[in-house]
Amino acid sequence: MSPILQGLITIALGVGGCVAYFYAANIVLDKVIFPPSGKDPGRNINRANMVRPWLFLFPAIFALGLYLAYPVVGSFWRSLFNRDGGTFVGLGNYERLAMDPSFRQAVFNNFLWVLVVPALATFLGLLAAQLTDRIKWGNIAKSLIFMPMAISFVGASLIWKFVYAVNPDIGMINAIRVAFHMQPLDPLQVPFWNNFFLMVILIWIQTGFAMVILSAALRGIPEETIEAAVLDGANPFQLFFKIKVPQIMPTIVVVWTTITILVLKVFDIVYATTGGNFGTQILPSYMMQYMFRDDGRATAVAFVIMIIVLPVMIWNIIQARRETR
Amino acid sequence: MAAIAGQKSRLTWAVQLSVVFMVVLWLVPTVGLLVSSFRTTDQISQSGWWDAAFSVEKAFRDRIPADGEKQVDGLYVLEGDLLNNGQNANDLKSGTTITAFGTSGIKPGAYKAGETVDTGDGGTLSVAKDGTYKATSKTSFDGSGPRVYFVADMPPAFTLANYRNVLFSDGMGQAFMNTLTVTIPATIIPILVAAFAAYALAWMEFPGRGLLIAAVVGLLVVPLQLALVPLLRLHQEIGIGQSFLGIWLAHTGFGLPLAIYLLRNYMVGLPRDIIESAKVDGATDFQIFMKIVLPLSFPALASFAIFQFLWVWNDLLVAKVFLPANDASKVMTVKIADDLLGSRGGDWGILASAAFISIAVPLLVFFAMQKYLVRGLLAGSVKGG
Repeated sequence: MSPILQGLITIALGVGGCVAYFYAANIVLDKVIFPPSGKDPGRNINRANMVRPWLFLFPAIFALGLYLAYPVVGSFWRSLFNRDGGTFVGLGNYERLAMDPSFRQAVFNNFLWVLVVPALATFLGLLAAQLTDRIKWGNIAKSLIFMPMAISFVGASLIWKFVYAVNPDIGMINAIRVAFHMQPLDPLQVPFWNNFFLMVILIWIQTGFAMVILSAALRGIPEETIEAAVLDGANPFQLFFKIKVPQIMPTIVVVWTTITILVLKVFDIVYATTGGNFGTQILPSYMMQYMFRDDGRATAVAFVIMIIVLPVMIWNIIQARRETR
Repeated sequence: MAAIAGQKSRLTWAVQLSVVFMVVLWLVPTVGLLVSSFRTTDQISQSGWWDAAFSVEKAFRDRIPADGEKQVDGLYVLEGDLLNNGQNANDLKSGTTITAFGTSGIKPGAYKAGETVDTGDGGTLSVAKDGTYKATSKTSFDGSGPRVYFVADMPPAFTLANYRNVLFSDGMGQAFMNTLTVTIPATIIPILVAAFAAYALAWMEFPGRGLLIAAVVGLLVVPLQLALVPLLRLHQEIGIGQSFLGIWLAHTGFGLPLAIYLLRNYMVGLPRDIIESAKVDGATDFQIFMKIVLPLSFPALASFAIFQFLWVWNDLLVAKVFLPANDASKVMTVKIADDLLGSRGGDWGILASAAFISIAVPLLVFFAMQKYLVRGLLAGSVKGG
């Protein structure tokens, strides 16, 4: 069967099945299990209303449990076994990771990414938000800076690989170097600094995201505070750094942590540009090296990423609890 | 007062200029690759894309064929056309002109086009702008014409050949269809599942609701990496294996937290009066959901749909793991990252056009539905990307 046809059938089955499930489950609940008749109809209605939310939630909880909650446990369990999964090795995989210099390199590089990418993307996003809010064609400018968000990490990597190409007739960086009488070089092979050239790609993508959210936050600042500051003689820079930024600090933190989480998960950029060579390995791409070959080690790396993400997750949950209350 | 006004306009100018600078910086990489996707590989390696709008000068070598030798006024004469009938005719596009020519490879452009040059022993050579040449000699050429060098001025030329090649002979067309096949069900199916759950979390009272909302928020940031190994094994055990069905299920599961989170946040904000008066009128939860909440939530549904569409379309990781690694089921991102970057690593014409084939649809969706995307971002900025 052709995949396209299979896709259409899946859509029909998925959507139709969903509607049918909800519809039928409600009918069964109201007419068969707890009919509003018999000895105590009121009690039956109440019972039905107690069960109903779980009917609505069941497919989602099932899918979430299977595809996101179970893997956390499943991956940890798998990481305690050797490469073919037959022998229990305890924390052996983690010990081997700790001994592996390229894992330590990946941790170090990931640390650099987490330090640099969220900071620069948020800063540039804030700058772009503030600047574009002040001009007439700001919305067009925003749209153009936001555009890389629609481009895949692979596509973006290709776009930047082209910028970094060694041939000065192809790569702009080297064209500029040659124009200043310098030797062309491959930016992706410059030790240590190549990490930063790769980070540029993610910063280029994420600045638009930061800009959109921060721009909305900036516009949400009460006018009075700004007017008061202007009357007190604040100059534009004071106005920005001392009045506006402190007021949108919570949003800045959200943007910062969101990008941090993303940085810990993106393997595409390193995979499509250097493949982790030349000292650019990061944890997600390191994991993919062992995927399919040594699942024990791959899941151990995944669990390390999970542990790094955990504090942000807890912080997010606390924030959400505070908001819903 | 005037001083302040002056300062203000200077500041405005600074702002305008910095925005222009930033926009250009953000656009240039993409534009570069886009322009290059319309140039041949030769053009790309001969001149930067920033020169693509200008003509390129390039030197060629040719040997004049001696078989058309004629005798005119006691001289042996060879006549012909270097541009249209020469050895380089295939590389020269229409509109090309010759600016200079020469008789040695050291100085291929020693003489201006149109000049007549003495080649020694009473022989002459002239090459005109349009490529016609005339070589004369006192003795017969004896089957071997003179060597001639010339500099051709080639006008800017753009071609769709890269797109044709990559779509039909490199299998990008198949990959495009595969991406589409993966994306559409994986975008549609989670919406309904999530909408019901979001309604329950927003408008139904039951114990454990707060806990479930917290769980959804927590699951938003679980790294996908964790899911790969256990789920692939699960799929293999229940017989799905690596297949389209598997990737649809996987994307549905991975998309649900954001879907539920976005939709719940939106549904909570719907006016309480409408829903309560419907309840008073005897509508069941199912009716309220289908007839009131779902239609009113359209903006949030659209936001999530765009998110999920972009995310699935652009995904590399899930496709690499959950789809088989054969040409029949490779999606575009995998095709580019694993095949083209490896086998055609230096062929920028092919790579650029492949990239733009994969980027075109998301860009279209992005510009057409940016409003909903922004709205979704603002509502669900916990995950992002």
